[in-house]
Amino acid sequence: MNTPAATGAPPETRGLESAFEDTIARDQRVEPRDWMPEGYRKTLVRQIAQHAHSEIIGMQPEGEWITRAPSLRRKAILFAKVQDEAGHGLYLYSAAETLGADRSDMTERLIEGRQKYSSIFNYPTRTFADVGVIGWFVDGAAICNQVPLCRSSYGPYGRAMVRVCKEESFHQRQGYELLLTMMRGTDAQRAMVQDAVNRWWWPSLMMFGPPDDNSPNSARSMAWKIKRHTNDQLRQRFVDMTVPQAEKLGVTLPDPELRRNEERGHHDFGSPDWAELQRVISGDGPCNAERIARRRAAHEEGAWVREAATAHAAKQAARTREGAAA
Amino acid sequence: MSETTKGDWPLYEVFVRGKRGLNHVHVGSLRAADDHMALTHARDLYTRRNEGVSIWAVRSDTIAASTPGEKDPFFAPSGDKDPFFAPSGDKVYRHPTFYDIPDDVPHI
Repeated sequence: MNTPAATGAPPETRGLESAFEDTIARDQRVEPRDWMPEGYRKTLVRQIAQHAHSEIIGMQPEGEWITRAPSLRRKAILFAKVQDEAGHGLYLYSAAETLGADRSDMTERLIEGRQKYSSIFNYPTRTFADVGVIGWFVDGAAICNQVPLCRSSYGPYGRAMVRVCKEESFHQRQGYELLLTMMRGTDAQRAMVQDAVNRWWWPSLMMFGPPDDNSPNSARSMAWKIKRHTNDQLRQRFVDMTVPQAEKLGVTLPDPELRRNEERGHHDFGSPDWAELQRVISGDGPCNAERIARRRAAHEEGAWVREAATAHAAKQAARTREGAAA
Repeated sequence: MSETTKGDWPLYEVFVRGKRGLNHVHVGSLRAADDHMALTHARDLYTRRNEGVSIWAVRSDTIAASTPGEKDPFFAPSGDKDPFFAPSGDKVYRHPTFYDIPDDVPHI
């Protein structure tokens, strides 16, 4: 019980900022009502909102396949997965709200194109094999990104990530299992899987963001322990993790430069087309307009449901008041 | 726990009891038009995989919360020492280890 308070040591006079820096340095978590620098708050709101939007927009490429999934089992699985993505979005909006962000404001910013979401969801899902490859690559990449975020310095974000990560594991496994099943099928099915792998490999590597020497926000986010690893470190981890899975599956990853480097203990691999990433991020990907239009339509066409629920709640509250008065 | 704007539904904090015998634990928040919707949304959002046997949903604006010490650095030198909790910090005699008992006294 030999704490400063217990020994009656004179209180040091330190600023709010150094108390915050102390919390970060001691690897403790920052909680919603703590003082925090405006830059920290803004960076978190930007990152968490972008992450939440990605989950919500991410429902679309796979949601398109629910009605066309080849069996009741696959439909049920896909339904559950898409529902999880919605849940992940809501966990994250909830975390952003603890920082003072407003939920309907975030939705507006998304449908007006003022806040971004992951570039990966601007690519089309052409065949059912794409559903499998998204689970394997995209959710696999998301796991690489998100596991370290469970230790993010901002408490509510880290806690949301713990829940998200538990659920992502099912997403990745169902995708890989789907592909294993197709690979045991016909030549046409195997070709379909290889085609999906070819189309999704490079965009998946881009999910980790620009290379470290061109990632303006990384250093500060690392110093604040919002991020724990650099984009390139996470990309490397994803490649190393995926190569043996591809071998087991019997597909070829479309990179002639991909090979094991025994010296480094990692795989060397080619460089994604960063100009393409820039184009997709700035709105010129294959599906950007379609994704936003769909989100906007869902929001606007759902307005009457929100209004009806509000009216119902008001009526119930009035009845309760009348009942109490009578 | 920000105030609602633009006619948004109110914010609710959600607490889930994982299983019988455990306390309800805070799991996050959501927006709902009324208490009933808060409970059904909490079920769909926070208990999709048997995470709970009971849910509390509490309007965030009805929660009384202590202010973190970081807001008052003069009295809160170490960041996690809150003046609000000072009364609990200087009473070492409330802890069993405060009392010297010879090693050979059994069961104490």
